[in-house]
Amino acid sequence: MTRIGVVVFPGSNCDRDTLAGVELAGGVAVALWHEQADLDGVAGVILPGGFAYGDYLRAGVIARFSPIMRAVSAFASDGGLVLGICNGFQVAAEAHLVPGALLRNRGLRFLGRDVRIAASRSDTPFTSLVEAGRPMRMPIAHGEGCYFADKAELDALEREGQVLFRYVSADGRPAAEGDREANPNGSLRAIAGVLNARGNVAGLMPHPERASEAILGSDDGLPILRSFVGAAARAEQGGWPPVVGAAAAVPVGVAS
Amino acid sequence: MSEFRFAVNVTPKPGILDPQGRAVEGSLGHLGIQGVSAVRVGRRIELTVSAVDAGAARETVDRLATELLSNPLIEAFDVERLDGRP
Repeated sequence: MTRIGVVVFPGSNCDRDTLAGVELAGGVAVALWHEQADLDGVAGVILPGGFAYGDYLRAGVIARFSPIMRAVSAFASDGGLVLGICNGFQVAAEAHLVPGALLRNRGLRFLGRDVRIAASRSDTPFTSLVEAGRPMRMPIAHGEGCYFADKAELDALEREGQVLFRYVSADGRPAAEGDREANPNGSLRAIAGVLNARGNVAGLMPHPERASEAILGSDDGLPILRSFVGAAARAEQGGWPPVVGAAAAVPVGVAS
Repeated sequence: MSEFRFAVNVTPKPGILDPQGRAVEGSLGHLGIQGVSAVRVGRRIELTVSAVDAGAARETVDRLATELLSNPLIEAFDVERLDGRP
């Protein structure tokens, strides 16, 4: 059974949901305390949502300097699979594990509601069981979720296939930046999740773990967690190609 | 070792959307104040550094400001000396 670590920072509040989501997805969930300096031999790491270290200074930045994050960064640079969800995405961005930054929501308010997102590709460790382009419903719960990178970086991310998830309307079309219904935080180019260049680290603002069984109102998030657990299992066996970044990117719809 | 007192002012870079600044600007009308524009909201961090000299202290502050106090992707910072010494 594949063991997946879920990092618990002081102020994490989605760690238990994420541990449960990992189990639903077929993994063995292991809580990793922020003061630990090692990852306990897990095959993949999830940085969960919450308000790590109170989100003081900037969301995610204090967490970046915790002992566990040194281990997570080393794991990621060895090709280890890391998924940052919500606050975990903010932590990953501050730690430069994924590109870009998460700004205050354009409307300034904390947003807790359902959105729809779609994956741009199915050939990643995070989306292998997700149908590209299909709208998936899951909640957001954040005050700083407005994705930002400069124009050159945004162009590069699109070109290299690193825009992994976008906010979409009900019919699956990418949301316009000004469409506060479909893209409520005003993320540039409606980006809800990104991939690092190497393809082994992803960050995602919405919460797949809060949409991982029907009783929660949606189980659209479960395929993301299942993809991750499956990829970690293959990585453990040495079977998942460690590099699935730009070079390996196949435009969605062209792949056989 | 001497002690040196600094302030680091962190502001959103030009061109970066600053919804807080916009909200402040939007509220000015309610106060009946006119003619105020380009409001940007940042943060100010004051700190004391022990170092052999002012240059070494300033290096520490610059490193701290770049790696922790600001996110260079979205924020700019400037450093002020607060103890009135050169």
